[in-house]
Amino acid sequence: MAAAAPASTRPAGTLYRGREGMWSWVAHRVTGVAVFFFLLVHVLDTALVRVSPQAYNEVIGTYKNPIMGLGEAGLVAAIVFHALNGIRIVLVDFWSKGPKYQRLMLWVVVGLWVVLMAGFLPVQLVHTFRSH
Amino acid sequence: MTTIAEPRSRATRKTSRTNAEMIGWIFMRASGVLLVVLIFGHLITNLITNGGVHAIDFGFVAGKWAAPLWRVWDLLMLWLAMIHGTNGVRTIVNDYAEKTSTRLVLKSILVLAAVVVVVLGTLVIFTFDPCPPGAPADLLPSFCKA
Repeated sequence: MAAAAPASTRPAGTLYRGREGMWSWVAHRVTGVAVFFFLLVHVLDTALVRVSPQAYNEVIGTYKNPIMGLGEAGLVAAIVFHALNGIRIVLVDFWSKGPKYQRLMLWVVVGLWVVLMAGFLPVQLVHTFRSH
Repeated sequence: MTTIAEPRSRATRKTSRTNAEMIGWIFMRASGVLLVVLIFGHLITNLITNGGVHAIDFGFVAGKWAAPLWRVWDLLMLWLAMIHGTNGVRTIVNDYAEKTSTRLVLKSILVLAAVVVVVLGTLVIFTFDPCPPGAPADLLPSFCKA
């Protein structure tokens, strides 16, 4: 199949493959799509406040079980990466030295992400597993 | 058979007076910066400072939306996040769906879902009633008793 593939279905250009530039781009897409699908669900569950207090409390109650608590931690991890890398993209595009420091800036993003998650995760785990 | 253009002939490309893709490109960056502030504020108030997700119930939402600031905050967040996310997924569909018909179907579903969610969310914010008649009093915010 590989040898017979017509030119139009072969991937274009190989300049941008690998290393920090490509992997940050991949991670930005994956986290973006994940957050978008959560957003669709989250607006629908919040819309239940317009149905009745009981309906809203019942559905929001499902967010309070430990498995969902871990899911929320993953969601926050995705949002924080997407936010920090998004700022990096803005700097690459608008700061004159952005392209020069794009690789360094990704490691700053990763470092800030680790620090913010280290601050958030204990709080989230206490909230998730606290007896109630 | 493909014909090759005359040497030094200008590339003929369909141009339009307004560049929608450039506006989209700028929107992604401008809305992205605003969304960092809006969403971090949302996460801090809903998951960290007020006792976490366990504190969230109808009364919590009613208490927040009693303040016009949080209604404006949530409305802005809804619109910016939905347009930002829809445009992002549109880009991904354009990149990976090779058939024109597949792209059309996927983007139609995407736009339909986005319009439904934005309209529904906007109606909920504008028509929210913190003290719905007939609801059990213990589920309502304390200011409903007055």
